[in-house]
Amino acid sequence: MALRPTRTWTLKGLAVLVLAPFALAACSAGSLGSSDASGSAGGTTITWLTGTDEAAQASAKAVVDAFQKANPDVTVKLDARPAGADGDNLVKTRLQTGTMPDVFDYNSGSLFQQIAPAKNLTPLTGKPLEKAVQESFTPQVTSGKDVYGVPYGTAFGGGVMYNRAVFAKLGLQVPKTWAEFMAASEKIKAAGIAPVIQTYQDTWTSQLFVLGDFHNIAAANPQWAEQYTGNKAKYATDPNAIKGFQHLQDVHDAGYENSDFASIKLEDGMRELAAGTGAMYPILSANVSTLQSVAPDKLGDIGFFALPGDDAATNGLTAWYPNALYVPATTKGDKLAAAEKLLAFVASPAGCDALTSAAAPTGPYLIDGCDLPADVPQVTKDVQAYFDSGAQSPALEFLSPVKGPNLEQITVEIGSGIRSAADGAGLYDEDVKKQAQQLGLSGW
Amino acid sequence: MATTLRPAAPAVPRRTRGRRGGRSPYPGWFYLPAAVVYGVLFLVPTVASFYFALTRWTIFTSEFIGVDNFVQFFQEPALTKGFVNTFVYAAITSGAKVVLGLALGMLLTSQILGRGYLRAVVFFPVLVSTVGVGITFQVLMNPSKGAINAALGVIGIHGPGWLVDPSLALLSVALVDVWKGVGLATLIYMAGIVSIPKEYYEAARVDGAGSWTLFRNVIFPLSWPATSTVVTLSLIGGLRSFDLIWSMTRGGPGFTSDVIASVIYKQYQAGFYGLSTAGNVILFVAVIAIVLPLTRFLARKEVEL
Repeated sequence: MALRPTRTWTLKGLAVLVLAPFALAACSAGSLGSSDASGSAGGTTITWLTGTDEAAQASAKAVVDAFQKANPDVTVKLDARPAGADGDNLVKTRLQTGTMPDVFDYNSGSLFQQIAPAKNLTPLTGKPLEKAVQESFTPQVTSGKDVYGVPYGTAFGGGVMYNRAVFAKLGLQVPKTWAEFMAASEKIKAAGIAPVIQTYQDTWTSQLFVLGDFHNIAAANPQWAEQYTGNKAKYATDPNAIKGFQHLQDVHDAGYENSDFASIKLEDGMRELAAGTGAMYPILSANVSTLQSVAPDKLGDIGFFALPGDDAATNGLTAWYPNALYVPATTKGDKLAAAEKLLAFVASPAGCDALTSAAAPTGPYLIDGCDLPADVPQVTKDVQAYFDSGAQSPALEFLSPVKGPNLEQITVEIGSGIRSAADGAGLYDEDVKKQAQQLGLSGW
Repeated sequence: MATTLRPAAPAVPRRTRGRRGGRSPYPGWFYLPAAVVYGVLFLVPTVASFYFALTRWTIFTSEFIGVDNFVQFFQEPALTKGFVNTFVYAAITSGAKVVLGLALGMLLTSQILGRGYLRAVVFFPVLVSTVGVGITFQVLMNPSKGAINAALGVIGIHGPGWLVDPSLALLSVALVDVWKGVGLATLIYMAGIVSIPKEYYEAARVDGAGSWTLFRNVIFPLSWPATSTVVTLSLIGGLRSFDLIWSMTRGGPGFTSDVIASVIYKQYQAGFYGLSTAGNVILFVAVIAIVLPLTRFLARKEVEL
């Protein structure tokens, strides 16, 4: 048996030599999502799931940096999830499958109730980290008898951001009743400026006229939220409650909206407001962070006022509570201790300072000892004024778990003139029925 | 050591002799892995979804409620609008793809300059990601800042709000869908037209047929398999269409460009898993109810080559 010529042998051998490293590379599993290896120097590493947008990541990073300085034996990694309905689903799915990272932040109030806290979260009742949390916030993260979260971020208001320079130029005062609001809009329109900015490419922003009006509904009927949850009060049949829908239609019918309302997004709306081509923008005060990023030099020009009702005496702000940090039930042992350290840090003045360094506060922190610095934007000062004078009450989503998923589309339709307010309110009442039945509420 | 071959004995394996008709189960073993994957990933969830459609499902618990989900699906105006839109969308995209696909197929099988290049140009949209196309066209169709209206403005036409006008939104998405999918229809038609034997052309030309008669009496009937394929595929695709509509308008403005698939997705997003599963069952039944009789009708009209 003569040896085969070396040519084929070396070709084969060469092929093996070249391909072997690839085979070896394929053998490593790589990182499988959030790794749970222990940190270096014997410390604990935990993962924190937060929003994927720039502002959320920046805030979380500021908190993590400050926290790790104060607690060198804990390392915190950040994981991202989308906001809105996609994020809701992600959170619910990960909790259900037990794959939620060690700490996550999420809404408080009715959305918190929907993630089955008794089953999925670690209770924090009575722990020292809860001591600094203010009383007004605690019901928003309580299910049954247990508390499950600490506030993450500031409270904020739902109302109208306005361009103070435009108001000053036209000699207008902040409207305290709806009639004053419409009169002011008329003057603004006559001056060639769009009175009310709407941004329907971000459909959620269309809800402000309805949701931001809740303070006025509650002022007229303090039991409304309870009746609503029990299917005894409805938007379409209650003359006070339908006003929010009606105002939206009136604004559209009077031609007070900006001409590109159907095709622009939140950032474009902020740009128009800052530039003065639009005078008023119904939005959450928390979005002052967007204003900060698109027009940082115009922050002083923009103020904030609450959506007016019919009565100037009961004028006040519809307030949203901040998100909260929660610990899933799957976090145990060292990681649980580390997670609780993180929560304790966030619920302390040091945590508030870290958040302030990342983004301007949009309202008060609901933690004892956290006062706002003097250089916050004008919007925040205006919101704080409402909290200080007690002229604020919680938004409906903090008093009732009933909220339909289609509100934003219905309000886009009303604001675009596709549907009437009465029709839209009736449609929304039908829509919430699904949510109420899903939650198993009685009376529906 | 002469190795002699044994005389070839009838190499019939013992096991087949016992089976009726002599069919070997051996090929069945090749089918089994695919069947397992198909069963676990498709059949089992489909059957499970028929059950969950009858429940109120919160992903943590499920409560049997009978046909309430289906009743709700048909009662809500937002949901019924989705039905109408779906059929309109499917009809428009399917019809346009057939007509344009046939025209382009005829063009690209004739002797024209740059035929290879044109074939590539017509086909490339099929390969691009649907979501990418959706986002790109959403930017292009912006009424004030988009390139389409800017181009129309140059020749003096004031372009409409393609995706923000309630009466135009669904149509605009349908047009983009046709742009994206016509390449595949053209490909299928090209294959059908090219497979017509040359004898028919020669015979027709000998009989003095002009190009229109040639098309109507030779090409169209003989490429009927291609037509029925394109109609079936594009109709199914149109009825189920989701990603393009979602990435362009999300069913907006309001509910005006909602289709069944986006309505189902919104219910799913809101956490009404039972309701969205019921919607999926409805979509499943609707697609079958339309496509099955249609394929039978189309098959009957097929001309024997």
